[in-house]
Amino acid sequence: MLNEQTVSRENEPGQPSMGPTLKPVQPSTQGKPVNTNEDAGHELSIRVRDLNLWYGANQALKNVNIDVYQHNVTALIGPSGCGKSTFLRCLNRMNDLIRSVKIEGLVEMDGRDVNDPRMDEIALRRRVGMVFQKPNPFPKSIYENIAYAPRMHDLVSRKAEQDELVEQALRDAGLWNEVKDKLAEPGTSLSGGQQQRLCIARAIAVKPDVILMDEPTSALDPISTATIEDLMDKLKQQFTIVTVTHNMQQAARVADYTAFFHLGELIEYNDTRMMFSNPHTKKAEDYITGRYG
Amino acid sequence: MSQSFDEITAQLKRRHRKTARLKWLSMGALALAATFLVVFISDMLVKGLPAFQQAQIQVEVTYSEQSQQMPPAAVNEDVRRLVSRGFLRTLPMRMRDNPDLMGTTRMEWVLADSAVDQYLKGHHTRLKDDQKSIVDDLLAKGQVELKFNTRFFTAGDSKMPELAGIASAAMGTVMTLIVTMLVCFPIGVMTAVYLEEFATDNWLTQVIEININNLAAVPSILFGLLGLAIYINFFGVPRSTPLVGGLTLALMTLPVIIIATRTALRSVPDTIRQAAFGVGCSRWQVVRDHVLPLSFPGILTGSIIGLAQAMGETAPLIIIGMVAFIPDVSASFSDAATVMPAQIFTWAGEPDRAFTEKTAGGILVLLVVLISLNATAVWMRKKFERRW
Ligand SMILES: Nc1ncnc2c1ncn2[C@@H]1O[C@H](COP(=O)(O)OP(=O)(O)OP(=O)(O)O)[C@@H](O)[C@H]1O
Ligand SMILES: [Mg+2]
Repeated sequence: MLNEQTVSRENEPGQPSMGPTLKPVQPSTQGKPVNTNEDAGHELSIRVRDLNLWYGANQALKNVNIDVYQHNVTALIGPSGCGKSTFLRCLNRMNDLIRSVKIEGLVEMDGRDVNDPRMDEIALRRRVGMVFQKPNPFPKSIYENIAYAPRMHDLVSRKAEQDELVEQALRDAGLWNEVKDKLAEPGTSLSGGQQQRLCIARAIAVKPDVILMDEPTSALDPISTATIEDLMDKLKQQFTIVTVTHNMQQAARVADYTAFFHLGELIEYNDTRMMFSNPHTKKAEDYITGRYG
Repeated sequence: MSQSFDEITAQLKRRHRKTARLKWLSMGALALAATFLVVFISDMLVKGLPAFQQAQIQVEVTYSEQSQQMPPAAVNEDVRRLVSRGFLRTLPMRMRDNPDLMGTTRMEWVLADSAVDQYLKGHHTRLKDDQKSIVDDLLAKGQVELKFNTRFFTAGDSKMPELAGIASAAMGTVMTLIVTMLVCFPIGVMTAVYLEEFATDNWLTQVIEININNLAAVPSILFGLLGLAIYINFFGVPRSTPLVGGLTLALMTLPVIIIATRTALRSVPDTIRQAAFGVGCSRWQVVRDHVLPLSFPGILTGSIIGLAQAMGETAPLIIIGMVAFIPDVSASFSDAATVMPAQIFTWAGEPDRAFTEKTAGGILVLLVVLISLNATAVWMRKKFERRW
């Protein structure tokens, strides 16, 4: 078992993925960020071990090990096509929807293997919500966008309860003041940034533990982006957030931990401050400093 | 040195000419198609509109014992041949229903014989010259007139053209299409949902898919043979009935609905499905709450168009015996019935000239129904079209 994260810059002249050239590390540190801020609360949320994923014959994830901590923002960065979205989808089994996918390895949450056939993916998705790259509200009213899922999961029984939950979710997503007078209007009538916050509100309305965000701001203007970044900072009090971003400043601003992927491998997983000030791998450094080709 | 605008413009001339030529060609094609349509429709109007009018004649009707025994005695001998035999035939029954009539004589507007009708409309008729002059006389006195032909829309078929109407065939069409839709819509939509949203892409689904597409291209008369073999001969469904007609048309309409539904389902963006799965919907909930509502207008439009196709279908129904002579309008699924195109087909084969205008009139009614169905489809698509 190899762990790329512990490879330091000195002994990483060539390919970090070539296992035999790297020294093995103690199993206990597998998947852990290289540097952890020991005084922060570090309850484990999701544990990933030796995760391999194939799309047909094409391997998209190679031996990924990672520990995701509760009430933190974990950012996934890396060049296009390196498997960030694929990895994210492993965490709530959205890859199940793609027919050619084959997955090996462990994704563990709350002591349970999420890929276990006995694990119901609906139960998993209730606890692991998702926000997509392109805002995709349901073509229903703003109110229905939020109320739909909790009602489906029997989280609310009375209308008053439902109203309250809708308001709370919209408040948490920082959208309440903008939409409180037009809850009956279609969700698609909002601006892009508002739509994305509506999608966040929709995700948090079912009270998940983890929220996955796949480039949530890539389709948004700078002001909406800043709003959502603030939101992520606030939401991590209640939720664990795993986000994908192509924006280095964004990762540096919002993430507590940052994972750098390259060609399906997790090259470095580090405390964000360390990652951006003193990355342990050459590849990560090159990528962060923009030297990556 | 780069080229000047004038040089480039000169080179572009040829390209612009080509564009213009293509534009004129395509407009010409359109004009040709439009001409055909206009010629066809105006021909139908010219031939068919007279069918909506029927000659009536004002005669003295004597209600007596004698006319009860021998109805033609009820009207004067000189006009006897000008009155519809169909009217005379109903006299005894009217007198039975209304005993007060007995012993009275009254002037009444009654249905004229189709020969009078044809004569008034300027067609060749079998009226003799003396009869013609009587009609001319009555016409001058205002006792013969073309009136709106209510019978055409309320009566069933008849051997007497002045009595024949499209109503029994229209009712047959309605009953048949109800059966077709009840069978096709649920099966077609669910099949499409299964193929689009549930089935994995393996050889079995591919075989099914190819067969559905082929089914849509099979000549309709074969479906008639299939209906005859399966429904009538094997399952013993009574022939000539809306039930067997509807089931046979269902075979034809099913692939249309499946294909339309699949197209509609496919046009729902995947992001909506992802959003629904992302909040923990089961596959069925994704389909029921998100995909189907969004694709419903498309499904409905496709179904209406399939229905319109089925409505105009004649050949398979002739094979299963739906060209029956149906004088009574009956809303039953298991009585012998006919449908509008089959009725038109029957009338077209009648030797009596008076049926020619019935044929065209029937076509007009069918066309109006079809156009309204298609217009409904377009209207629905516009109305329910949604942004996402
Ligand atoms: N549905 C799919 N079917 C087959 N191959 C896929 C599929 N989705 C992704 N891949 C492949 O898997 C690899 C990783 O893709 P992924 O979308 O995870 O990259 P990414 O890091 O999210 O890239 P980006 O930053 O551009 O979003 C790519 O090589 C891609 O071609
Ligand atoms: Mg991606």
